[in-house]
Amino acid sequence: MFRKITTKLLLVISLSLFSINFISAQEGHEAQHEKHEAQHEKHEATAHEEEKFDIGKMIMHHISDSHEWEFAHGLTLPLPVILYTKQYGIEIFSSKRFAEGNGVYNGYINNHEHIHRLNPQGGIDEEVHVWDLSITKNVASMLLSAVILILLMSTVAKSFVKNRGKAPKGIQSFIEPIIFFIRDEVVIPNVGPKYEKYLPYLLTLFFFILINNLLGLIPGGANLTGNITITLFLAVLTFFITHLNANKHYWLHLVKPEGVPTLMLPLMWVVEIAGVFMKPMSLTIRLFANITAGHIIILSLLGLIFIFQSFAVGGVVTLFTLFMNAIELLVAFLQAFIFTLLSSMYIGSAIEEHHEADHGH
Amino acid sequence: MELLTPAIGLLFWMALVFGILVLFLKKFAWLPILSSLKEREDSIESALRMAEETRAEMAKLKSDNDKILAEARAERDKMIRDAKAITDKMIIDAKEKAVLEGNKIIADAREAIQQEKVAMVSQMKKDMASFSIEIAERVIRRELSDKSSQEALVSSLISEAKLN
Repeated sequence: MFRKITTKLLLVISLSLFSINFISAQEGHEAQHEKHEAQHEKHEATAHEEEKFDIGKMIMHHISDSHEWEFAHGLTLPLPVILYTKQYGIEIFSSKRFAEGNGVYNGYINNHEHIHRLNPQGGIDEEVHVWDLSITKNVASMLLSAVILILLMSTVAKSFVKNRGKAPKGIQSFIEPIIFFIRDEVVIPNVGPKYEKYLPYLLTLFFFILINNLLGLIPGGANLTGNITITLFLAVLTFFITHLNANKHYWLHLVKPEGVPTLMLPLMWVVEIAGVFMKPMSLTIRLFANITAGHIIILSLLGLIFIFQSFAVGGVVTLFTLFMNAIELLVAFLQAFIFTLLSSMYIGSAIEEHHEADHGH
Repeated sequence: MELLTPAIGLLFWMALVFGILVLFLKKFAWLPILSSLKEREDSIESALRMAEETRAEMAKLKSDNDKILAEARAERDKMIRDAKAITDKMIIDAKEKAVLEGNKIIADAREAIQQEKVAMVSQMKKDMASFSIEIAERVIRRELSDKSSQEALVSSLISEAKLN
């Protein structure tokens, strides 16, 4: 009974749109209370500790990666766990096994989403390094976004080929202005005349970030673009593309910037090299922090409902959450745009043709 | 700190999925889309350029037409002017000629009249002379008989000799 009500409660609240959740909250509170009384005799103190709502833990749980996809409490999609160890080889099993075995299965333990090998004594075996290649919630979400992108874009491409030389139609007319915008406003002005080589990457980058930002906003969705692994990967990719295509002016500028006195050169090297690595770093952190912060704000607001358990707070919080969701929607587009824009600028600065006359002293 | 630690598994899948995504979308989405976008842009641009050229040509044609029209109008005006001048001249000439002719006719007539007059007068003189001679002859012939009858004769002769 308790489980069912809480499931309903979390499902409804996570939608964050209807004021009905306050009633459910009250119900949940009552149910919790009943359970408290039932368990009161057995474990007085421990039961209380367990049931206490920890908002920090809840938020961390929602924005972190997980081996199973929990849409709502009790509504969980088990995902495949894929492990590789030098000693035991590849192991593939469902994350349901961990749930059933209370976090332990077949000699592996899932300790806060970190999987370790257990030694015969039941402790963590430090000798064995577990390579965790599981299809986690984030990976599943990423695959979903990839499928959506492939279906969407191949449909658009088909309709482009079909309507060759004609006005756009259907979904094409929605996607086309975005492609136009990225090409004409972001890539061409920043990358320069050799933009065509980088356009496929930058377009993929933009749409991948955008679609994952949007998927992340759906209640129950994964926080993929708010995961530092993803943003780091994309930033490093941009870094490599930039530096593998950089021309000699770019490198020369790093080693010996023009108009700098010889004595100042070592200082400039430090600054320039810091700048080179600061660029991907800022890309990584900007996207990660923006998306994660947005999720944290929304979750904190919703958490207030659980902490105060009052109608008044619920009403205000619902309005705030609605507002934040709208802002997050804006941020989803904005951050995808900024990441693409900055990537274009970095690539553009590395392949830019050097003109002596343009160099202002 | 948990949030800031990259996960190796996620990185692996990300690299795989994103790599495939870039390659797939490049081949099956971006290149067809971008090429047909470009094609459409080119066709629009060429259509616009053609429209511009046609407009210029039209303008040129129009100015040519205007020129031709102006020339034709000038020609027409000139023709009218010339015709008018010729007409005027003809009228003036005709008038002059008529006057001359008239004068000539009048002069001729005058001359003829003069001649007639001279001829008539001379004839009259001749006639008078012959009458006078005749009268004189008859008078001379009657002188022999009677004086009164002579006088009657003379008066009858005079009345006979009507100067017509």
